[in-house]
Amino acid sequence: MKHLPSERHTLSILVDNEAGVLARIVGLFSARGYNIESLTVADVSDDHAVSRITVVTNGPPPVIDQIMAQLDRLVPVHKVIDLTDWGPHVEREMALVKVAGTGDKRVEALRLADIFRARPVDTSTTSFVFEVSGSTEKVNQFIALMREVGLVEVARTGVVAIARGAEAV
Amino acid sequence: MGTEITGAEIVVQSLIDLGVEVVFGYPGGAVLPIYDALFQQNRIRHILVRHEQAAVHAAEGYARASGKVGVVLVTSGPGATNAVTGITDALMDSIPLVVITGQVPTHLIGTDAFQECDTVGITRHCSKHNYLVKDTARLGPVLHEAFYIARSGRPGPVVIDIPKDVQIFKARYDKPGVIAHKTYKPQVKGDLASIEAAVDMLAAAERPILYTGGGIINSGPVASQLLRELAKACGAPVTSTLMGLGCFPAEHPQFLGMLGMHGSYEANMAMNQCDLMLCLGARFDDRVTGRLDAFSPGSRKIHVDIDRSSFNKTVRVDLAIQGDVGSVMEDMLKVWRARGHRAADQTSWWNAIAGWRARNSFGFEQKGEALLPQKAIQRLYELTKAKKPIITTEVGQHQMWAAQHFGFHDPNKWLTSGGLGTMGYGLPAAIGAQLAYPGALVIDIAGEASIQMNIQELGTAIQYRLPVKIFIINNEYMGMVRQWQELNHGSRYSESYSDALPDFVKLAEAYGWKGVVIEGPDDLDAGIQAMLDHPGPVLVDCRVAKLANCFPMIPSGAAHTDMILSAADEVGPADDDAKALV
Repeated sequence: MKHLPSERHTLSILVDNEAGVLARIVGLFSARGYNIESLTVADVSDDHAVSRITVVTNGPPPVIDQIMAQLDRLVPVHKVIDLTDWGPHVEREMALVKVAGTGDKRVEALRLADIFRARPVDTSTTSFVFEVSGSTEKVNQFIALMREVGLVEVARTGVVAIARGAEAV
Repeated sequence: MGTEITGAEIVVQSLIDLGVEVVFGYPGGAVLPIYDALFQQNRIRHILVRHEQAAVHAAEGYARASGKVGVVLVTSGPGATNAVTGITDALMDSIPLVVITGQVPTHLIGTDAFQECDTVGITRHCSKHNYLVKDTARLGPVLHEAFYIARSGRPGPVVIDIPKDVQIFKARYDKPGVIAHKTYKPQVKGDLASIEAAVDMLAAAERPILYTGGGIINSGPVASQLLRELAKACGAPVTSTLMGLGCFPAEHPQFLGMLGMHGSYEANMAMNQCDLMLCLGARFDDRVTGRLDAFSPGSRKIHVDIDRSSFNKTVRVDLAIQGDVGSVMEDMLKVWRARGHRAADQTSWWNAIAGWRARNSFGFEQKGEALLPQKAIQRLYELTKAKKPIITTEVGQHQMWAAQHFGFHDPNKWLTSGGLGTMGYGLPAAIGAQLAYPGALVIDIAGEASIQMNIQELGTAIQYRLPVKIFIINNEYMGMVRQWQELNHGSRYSESYSDALPDFVKLAEAYGWKGVVIEGPDDLDAGIQAMLDHPGPVLVDCRVAKLANCFPMIPSGAAHTDMILSAADEVGPADDDAKALV
């Protein structure tokens, strides 16, 4: 089964918001040799009891099934949803992109940012920090373009995702 | 408000309320308050071991023999780290344990305090679940929840780390009602449509096999009874993993013996040639499957397991049924009877099995002066079987010979470290089993190397007057290591000779045990009888042939059909891929 083609899957994991739960999830991935492309986590409930973890992983379908089953049997895990299998869903991530330069490069950076609807959230006479959000591909593209006009550094959130429509997962 | 009691008293009262009778442990600075609370009650018996690893194995032995949750109490730092091997062992073999560890006081956590270690960090991935309790009021609910988690679903060890200040502070404790977990609710009943499909597949099969495992033991004695009924109804041969031995009677005509690396030829050939495999509470472990791409190529496979992550982990199955194996077998039998099924004609299947059986793969010939280890175990079985003994083992050749040559007829009589393969398991496990059944004959079949890994527990057995027997198969080698060195590494016996062995008889006597030596075939029966006749603990040093190999054997990376049946079989040098396997 190792030789099957790898697929990218986005998982939503609802967990008890308790100490060590993130270490439990991350440790499971490293102990069993699964990949993590990105991981986000935040408390999402009124009473601070439940956190939602979004993991983007990749592997052949049987490995994805194993990841789901292994996550599901952890005691503090309430629910694991494979959004990629689930169906229509929205995936977004945000990046803060620092660019430095003067003259034409500075003008070009602003123009490109405008096209990507990236917002300057910090400005100096020699630099910008842009906030850009969207799909992973869009963020990748924006960062690639910024390289040509003076990219300094990048901070990214990783993917957050939610199913489309009126229902909760 | 009711009266408040200390955290330590909450721990002890919770254990009493949970029906705990025995705790295995070792005191230390960070658990002194709990030991003080234990001192002031007489409901729970504390068994003082000589090393924390042994406390966990003893609790495992107690749990496996009795079906109850085993309880361990150790201190922080080295107490907790010494327990890690046992905790991992219990996780691998799905044994329900609650391990309570002391911790430095809350305000010192993270300061590298004396005897501090990150117990929840260290045990996070070798326990089923763990807790660091920072609030005395949470102790009662956590202890009750921990027992629920340890024994529900696929059982396993749960660790509760309790800082010393939390043991000292006071809070109210109320005995909870029915214990559940807000989200952890394992599925016990199998899906009925899947069960019906499984029954139809089983009824239609011409070459069926029941591949049974430790899940049946864990499900409780009723599951072993249901297996016997199911086997009778469908007429299929039954094989068992190392962990499942005893769930089906060894001498039953439908039993093919253990399967896998050192399993019987007929069990492995039947697994290879079957058209329907019904896996009941086993997990397609690498010791069982051999080379995966050659594993039972022509069969449809049904897998019953309480743990969803066991499905399709290494072997793809056609039908997976999640649920308690006892409950699923009960439903299968109901459906089988309701539909009036009769087993299909299996005459040619049983003829094929008879042919494989005729190879007598567990056979051996005792000749010459050196006692064969197989002979020693066979006689031990013959002379003790009427007493229905509980057998524990260490890990290595003696363990496999015991699995091959000792017959088990009932569940919970065979306690061995299967998944982790922990040398030093057998003696403490025997102590735990003896505490669960004080009147039973409990024998640790050991090797001379393994027994030294927890030999200090001789003292524990004496202290509590436990009449445990140790039967050392002494070949002066770490026999399984030596065997692999012979087969895969040109007989270069690197560090596998048990040099500087103690005089085991004198050692036994030094601890207050009786020591018996068996020098050869002529002493064998008398030595075993001397062991049985002595009412207290006895250590038998049984000297056996030094270079005997454990056969049959599926070499690493080989298929079920490539078994080495005896030393006479030609064994080519292993290639590097095979050498890389364990």
